[in-house]
Order: sequence, then structure tokens, then C-alpha cells
Amino acid sequence: MVASPQPIVLLDKVRKAYRMGEFTVEALRGLDLHIAPGEYLSIMGPSGCGKSTLLNVLGCLDRPTSGRYLLGGDDVSTIPDDDLSSIRGKRLGFVFQSYNLIPPLTVLENIEVPLFYQNTPEEEARSIATELAGRVGLAHRLNHRPFELSGGQQQRVAIARALANNPLVLLADEATGNLDSASGREILSLFDDLHSQGKTLIMVTHDLGVGERAARLIRLRDGELESDTRR
Amino acid sequence: MRSRRREEAVPFRSCRREEAVPFRSCRRQEAVHALGNPALGHFPLMPLPSFSSRFRRTVQLGIRSLWLHRLRSLLTVLGIVFGVCSVIAMLAIGEGASWEAQQQIKNLGSQNILLKSVKPAEEEKVSNRQQNNFALEYGLKQDDIRRIRDTIPGIELVVPARVIRDYVWNITRRVDAEIVGTLPNHPATRNQNVAQGRFFNDLEMDAASPVCVLGHDVALKLFPAEEPLGRDVRVGLNYYRVIGVMEPRARSAASEASVDGPAANAALGRIFIPLETARRRFGEILSRRRGGTYEAEKVALHEITVRVSRPETVIAISEVVKDILARHHTRKDYEVVVPLELLRRAERTKQIFNLVLGSIAAISLLVGGIGIMNIMLANVTERTREIGIRRALGARRKDIITQFLVESVLLSGAGGLIGVALGIAIPFAVSALAHMKVIVTPWSPIAAFTLSALVGILFGIYPARRAAALDPVEALRHE
Repeated sequence: MVASPQPIVLLDKVRKAYRMGEFTVEALRGLDLHIAPGEYLSIMGPSGCGKSTLLNVLGCLDRPTSGRYLLGGDDVSTIPDDDLSSIRGKRLGFVFQSYNLIPPLTVLENIEVPLFYQNTPEEEARSIATELAGRVGLAHRLNHRPFELSGGQQQRVAIARALANNPLVLLADEATGNLDSASGREILSLFDDLHSQGKTLIMVTHDLGVGERAARLIRLRDGELESDTRR
Repeated sequence: MRSRRREEAVPFRSCRREEAVPFRSCRRQEAVHALGNPALGHFPLMPLPSFSSRFRRTVQLGIRSLWLHRLRSLLTVLGIVFGVCSVIAMLAIGEGASWEAQQQIKNLGSQNILLKSVKPAEEEKVSNRQQNNFALEYGLKQDDIRRIRDTIPGIELVVPARVIRDYVWNITRRVDAEIVGTLPNHPATRNQNVAQGRFFNDLEMDAASPVCVLGHDVALKLFPAEEPLGRDVRVGLNYYRVIGVMEPRARSAASEASVDGPAANAALGRIFIPLETARRRFGEILSRRRGGTYEAEKVALHEITVRVSRPETVIAISEVVKDILARHHTRKDYEVVVPLELLRRAERTKQIFNLVLGSIAAISLLVGGIGIMNIMLANVTERTREIGIRRALGARRKDIITQFLVESVLLSGAGGLIGVALGIAIPFAVSALAHMKVIVTPWSPIAAFTLSALVGILFGIYPARRAAALDPVEALRHE
């Protein structure tokens, strides 16, 4: 796939530094990254290489210390916190290693959470959530609580939730890390489906088998880009 | 039906999306749709924020999350419940008691000054030692009336009364009562009207006619079934024709005895006869045999009611009256009661009572509020991860603040409601069991509920802000 001239994600000399007492630790050291719409990208690297920091910055959970981050054409590196929240809600979908479903809520209600914060009317949110639950194969578990589901099922709820607001980019942080290999394969094939449907997917992993499923593989080392390979 | 609507919505949506994300190709959008994911191709048809529905859902969420920890929530609100409940209950009981006292004082007349004969304490012993063979003379005299009436301007009426305690008979029915010998204008001084018949007039007064007007209670006891008017009642050896029955007095209670009636027995009913009749029939000296001792008293007048023409002069005139009496009485054989002064004192007492109750309320709400804050802080810590998740999914800081604030207000509001319910129920139970007058003023439950809701906001704001200030990355990492 040829990179589009208008990337959906554009990192321009992004730096992220943390103050640890008297020391300043640079987690990202001037990273440049272009991701085109519809790309399937995985980020790999040893621990401490800045993977999580990069994902937090990409996910608008954290702001870069310097540099620019354009998401969908808008510079989100300097916007106020409330705007950042709505960017997260509208343009990004998160899939976490530990699922991060809200325990007291049912499957449907968990999927509705991002819709709630975008003021989607109730009935509409319900029908969207129902359809998404069906798409991830959980149509028969709509009113179950997370603890009543297997890990793989919980992760599928999380994916449905991430898709609720039809985001520009789906971010997965070790999405298969807590799963057995069979469930992991299910999740990965769900990602493949999403990719084939045109979703932009960014996946952080340390499992080479998982990383290599992506069309593009980025390796980080010490906060810098080590390699960027495409299949 | 629904899927149809959605398919109509999609083309519209892709155009909207096109505006928002200019570089996303329309072709891609169509591809998404073509792959048969109607849900993914969704865009809100009504992007208008429906605030009320959103708020309702936040409240529902709050109720659920509190319901999840029922016991904890219940224990948390107990402080508020007890505070609110005790204050409303005490206020109602206090209000009832003070209303009763005020009613009694008002019965005495706020324009009145009451003068009463009091047996001097030290004389009693002397008389006992001296073989009881002479009558103890004390109290107010006809001269006092003259002096007061002649020297003080602004007095409307001066009504004297002799009060004799004796049995009143109707054939075989007997009532222990106070026989009050007084002037025809007595009812005017006590805001008390004749219910049946009439009061005696000047003619009957001058002629010392044997007529009487029964107090309401006395009439009920002596004539439970008959019509009392026109009948005769007997006191001692004399008969009196009943010419009238008074209206019932406002509820009498023990406290009335201290301000009304020298016999110091509140339960006693009264019958009224002309003063002149009393003087002739009972004489100057009243004797009483009690348990082998013999007591004789010579009291000219037992009570004098001074009614001033303008209420605002009552206090000043009462001072002058006290002066005059002090100058002409060598002993303190009288007392001066100013109902208005009593009323003022009762009001001041009530104010102090309310102040004390108010501070109890404030303290209990403070304690309750701290309890709520404590639990909400624990709640925030416990749900740090949930906060992180919600923030990652698009919740703004104020969404988080709203969520936690709604919970704390729900807690305190529920506490307030339960407290108000108990606080209203308890006084009514008390009044039913103890026959006390209670008054639940309408503002007290409203104020209590509003205040407790405010406490929820006040003590909920800090935990809520703390929740909102959490860094999403940190919160998500929290175990």
C-alpha cells in the first residue's frame, strides 16, 4: 500500500520528556511518523523503548513536550483538555491489554459509554451498541456483566466499544497479551476484518507473531525509530 | 424499520464526515459501507445535546453505583438522617409547646396587667403558732384600685375579683371550682365571650343578685345532659340561677396555673358571680378547715385586672403600678403579672431554643457532610481505573465532576428525605402518645432538605474535583 499524501496521523519531531526528580527522562526523542488512512501498523520494541509513551501520545491521553501531532489534519498537541477529551471520544478507539470494561455495567452499557459522552440519543445508542455487539459475535450476551465473560469475549466487547463512535484510528495496546492463543487469534482476525474494511489500526505488541500480521511494522529503540518496514 | 432508517442516514453521514475529515476519501467510506457494516457507518442523526436526558442518565448511573454498595451508602447517610430528623422533630415539639404557652398568655390579654394577692410566706408560720384564732389579713384592697385608677392615665378598665374555692352542686352532682366574684365587664378583659345566655349586668351587680355564669368545663360537668340556663346551682347554703355559660378556654395546661388563678390548680373550673353578691354571701373572712387545722384569711380582693387602652404602654404602666403597690404595701403580699412581658420572654426563650436547634442542625449536617466526603474520597480511589477508562473514552473533566457530584448529592438528598420523613413522623407519634401539641412548620422540612442537598454539593465538590484532576494515563494504570 502506498502512503497517502495526506496522513491521518502525522508526528513531527515529537519529543516527550518526564521529570523524575532532578533527572529528565526522554521517552520520545524527536519522532517523525506518517500513517495513512486505512493502514495497519504495529509498533514493537524492547520495554522502555517508548512504546507506551508513543501510544499515550497517539491516543491523546498525553501531550508531547515538543513537536506537532496532527490527527485527522488537526493539531492536537496544544489544544485544551476538554477538546482533547472530545477528540479521544470521536476520533480514537482504545483496546487495552486488560480489557478495561467497567465492571458494574452490562455488555451493552459498556459499549454505550463512548456514545454517552458524545450525546448520542439513548435509543440510537442502544441500537448502535446492539449492532456492534452482534458484529463482534456477542449478540447472545448483551446483558451479561464483564465478569461473566471469558477474556476473549471481554476483549471483543472492548473492541465493539472502541468502534462505537466510528473512530478514525483504532489503538490497541497489547490487545492479545492477556489472552490464550485461540482467543488471541480470534481478536487478531477481528482486527484483520476491520483493516480490510478500511479502519486505520495501530497496535502495540511485543509478540513478533502478532506484530508481523500488520502491513507495516515499526521498531522503536530508546525513543527513536529503529526501523519501519512494510510488507 | 430501524435498519432502513440507518441506511438512509449513511450517505448523509459520509458527507458530514467529509467536511470534518477532508482527506478521508469518500471511496473508502463507501467501501466500509459496502462491506456490510451499517453500525460502523453510523453518524448521530441528532447531534443536538439533549441535556436533560443526559442528566437523567447520570442520575440513573449514580443511583446504580450507590445501590451497588447499599450498606455503605446507608451508613454514610445516617449522619444526615439523624441530624435532619432530630432537628425537625425537636423544632415541631418546641414550636407546639411555645404555641401553647403563647396561647395561654394571650388568653390573659396582652393589654392587661394582673395583680394578685399572695399570702406572704413568713406570716403563715406566725399564724399557725398563734392558735389560728385570728384571721390573717393580706392582699390587695379596694384602695389599691382607687389609687391605680386615679393616678395613672391611659387605663381603660380596672376589674377586681374575689376568688373563693368551694364545691358547686347541681342536686347530687358536685364540682370543685373557683367562685369568682367580679364586675360585669370581666369578660372584656380576658378575650373570653359568653357562649350561651349572657353575663350579669350592673343592675344585678348592684342588687347583689344570686345569679351566676358557668365556665364551660363546669357547665359540662354539672349539666352533662340538660340545658344549664335557668337552672340553679348551689354553693354552700346559697343557690344561684345560671344565666350564662362561657366559651371554652384555649387548652389549659399545667403552666397556666403559674400565671392564672391563686388556687394554683389549673384543672379547676370557674363560675362567675357579681362581686357584690360574693361580698355579701361569703363575707370578708374566708375560713377553711383542713386536716384538723383551721385557717382563716381576710382578703379583700384576690385579683385585679388592669386593662390599659394602648398596648404599647403596658410595660410602662406596669412599672408605675408596681411602684404604687410597693409604696402602700408593707409586705410583699401581692404579685404583678404582665402577660405581654411573659409573651416577650416566651418569644425570647423560643428564639434561643431555635438558635440552639439551628447549631445542632449545623453541626450534624457538618458531621454528615464529612462522612459523605470521606466515602466519596474512598469511592474515587476505588474507581480510579473507571475514571481513567471514562476519560479515555471521551469523558471531559466536567463529566467526571458531574458524575461524582451527582452521587454525593444523591446520598445527602436521600439522607435529607429520610430525615424529613422521620422528623415529621416522630412528632406526630409523640403527640399521639403524649398528648402534646406539635407544630411542623412548613419551612422546616424544606429548609432541612435543601440544606442537606447543599451539604452534598459542598462536601462532594472536593472528591469530585480530585477525581476529575486524575491523569488519565495514571488512572488507567491504577490497579
